Amino acid sequence: MDAVLKREMILEHYQNPVHHGLIESDEYQMYHTNNESCIDHLDIQYKIVDGIIEDIRFSGEACAISTSATSVMIERLLGCSVEEARKVLENYENMIEEREYEQEVLKDLNIYEETYLQPNRKKCAMLPFVSLKEALDSENQK
Amino acid sequence: MREDFEILKSGLIYFDNGATTLKPNVVVDAVKDYYTKYTANAHRGDYDNSLKVDMLYEGVRDKVCHLINASSSSEVVFTSGATDSLNRIVFGFMEDYLKEGDEVLLTVSEHASNILPWFYLQEKCGIVVRFIPLTADNEVTLENVSMSITEKTKVISIAHVTNVLGDIRPVQEIGKLCQEKGILFVVDAAQSVPHRKVDVQSSHIDFLAFSAHKMLGPTGVGVLYGRLDLLSKMRPTSYGGGMNTSFDLEGNYALKSLPSKLEAGTPNIAGVIGLGAAIDYLNHLGYEAIEKQEKEVRDYLISELKKIPNIILYNENILSSNVAFNLKDVFSQDTAVYLNHYHICVRAGNHCAKTLKNAIHVNNTCRISLYFYNTKEEVDELIRVLKDSENIFKVIL
Repeated sequence: MDAVLKREMILEHYQNPVHHGLIESDEYQMYHTNNESCIDHLDIQYKIVDGIIEDIRFSGEACAISTSATSVMIERLLGCSVEEARKVLENYENMIEEREYEQEVLKDLNIYEETYLQPNRKKCAMLPFVSLKEALDSENQK
Repeated sequence: MREDFEILKSGLIYFDNGATTLKPNVVVDAVKDYYTKYTANAHRGDYDNSLKVDMLYEGVRDKVCHLINASSSSEVVFTSGATDSLNRIVFGFMEDYLKEGDEVLLTVSEHASNILPWFYLQEKCGIVVRFIPLTADNEVTLENVSMSITEKTKVISIAHVTNVLGDIRPVQEIGKLCQEKGILFVVDAAQSVPHRKVDVQSSHIDFLAFSAHKMLGPTGVGVLYGRLDLLSKMRPTSYGGGMNTSFDLEGNYALKSLPSKLEAGTPNIAGVIGLGAAIDYLNHLGYEAIEKQEKEVRDYLISELKKIPNIILYNENILSSNVAFNLKDVFSQDTAVYLNHYHICVRAGNHCAKTLKNAIHVNNTCRISLYFYNTKEEVDELIRVLKDSENIFKVIL
């Protein structure tokens, strides 16, 4: 993907993220996530109905990479089944960690394909995914 | 003096001295010499190298004693760092000394290592942790300390200089007040001993903690100072070799005298010897010269930063060498990553002072913490890069 386009998309999602702001509703599950470097923190809430992700929302304060990645992740996962979401998360993690992955599964999330070039930002790019993965795992145990 | 630091030859601009300082070659050489020329354990052998290690190791204790004007070298205990020192004060002394309902006064701008051990004690033993209110400028005044004291106040534990905003507390006056009221005064000096004279006697300090690595020395070494009568009541938090005089099969044991009984196991000998070299280097420069140089660069830094329109400064009236700022609408970590592209090292985040956000109403800042080797030319480069920050996302994304 073109570098300029990638940057513009990241910036757009950072400055105008989708589904930003939490809502009060019993239908949502809440997840709080902290970067180990102790700076970013995001609250993520999600609503799953009959195994389909109907909504994900977030709030918090985080860097450009974390914030935008949360936004792009939400766009990618809306309407997915939990199983599909797992596949996306797994492939995304593989991409960030420089392992083999299926590019076509990730769609817009491919804009983070070069994050590995800045190793100190891997955690930022993984932040929303790590917590969503935990959330989905706990969902599975219900 | 900059040529004394090998690492500076790389062109690095290092503004993160509050986290750790660079090491002069004399410190690196001192550590290396121990490992290459006279490796031996301390306090154990009868051969030349062991005796030499003994002499050097104990010699550093004397240097520390003079540096902080302790009344005896027995009041100086080597630890693994300021965090370790503070934890030993809390768990080796305060846990026995304090009773349920006793109050400990802290401030919200303390480092985690001067808050969390107290929180644990609060949870476990029912002591009460309270916070001395800060002024509008986030400072601690004698007046605020005085009005926070109740008859249950047994300890005041604060940083001499804080690690985010760098405000300097009036420790001498607070120490005097504590002495009058029979309150124990614990001072976290991790951010002050590297920069200014600390005198435990004239400031009536009962316990003091600091780290070698923030004052040119190696990582993994710290100092715990305790007034002799208090330190003698400190319970060792580690038991083992080097700290006992005898023990038998019936379970009887006797401990060595101070300070050895508080230094179980083989100490960080290389680190302590490195600390000694660091103290020599600081003494050679002199605190007066260090303060003068830092003040000059700090004043220049603040005046130049203020000229940049989209900078928010959080402590422009600061008297120490920490400057906290943000670029408007840019997350602090993004600013730090941006500066890193120009080999400028600053710290982003809450700097382990997570309760400070309650006072300054901002979660994260970029922190520039200067040391005497920083120059106006380095500030110029920082300012040039910050002025150009419209392109920040082009650089970091």
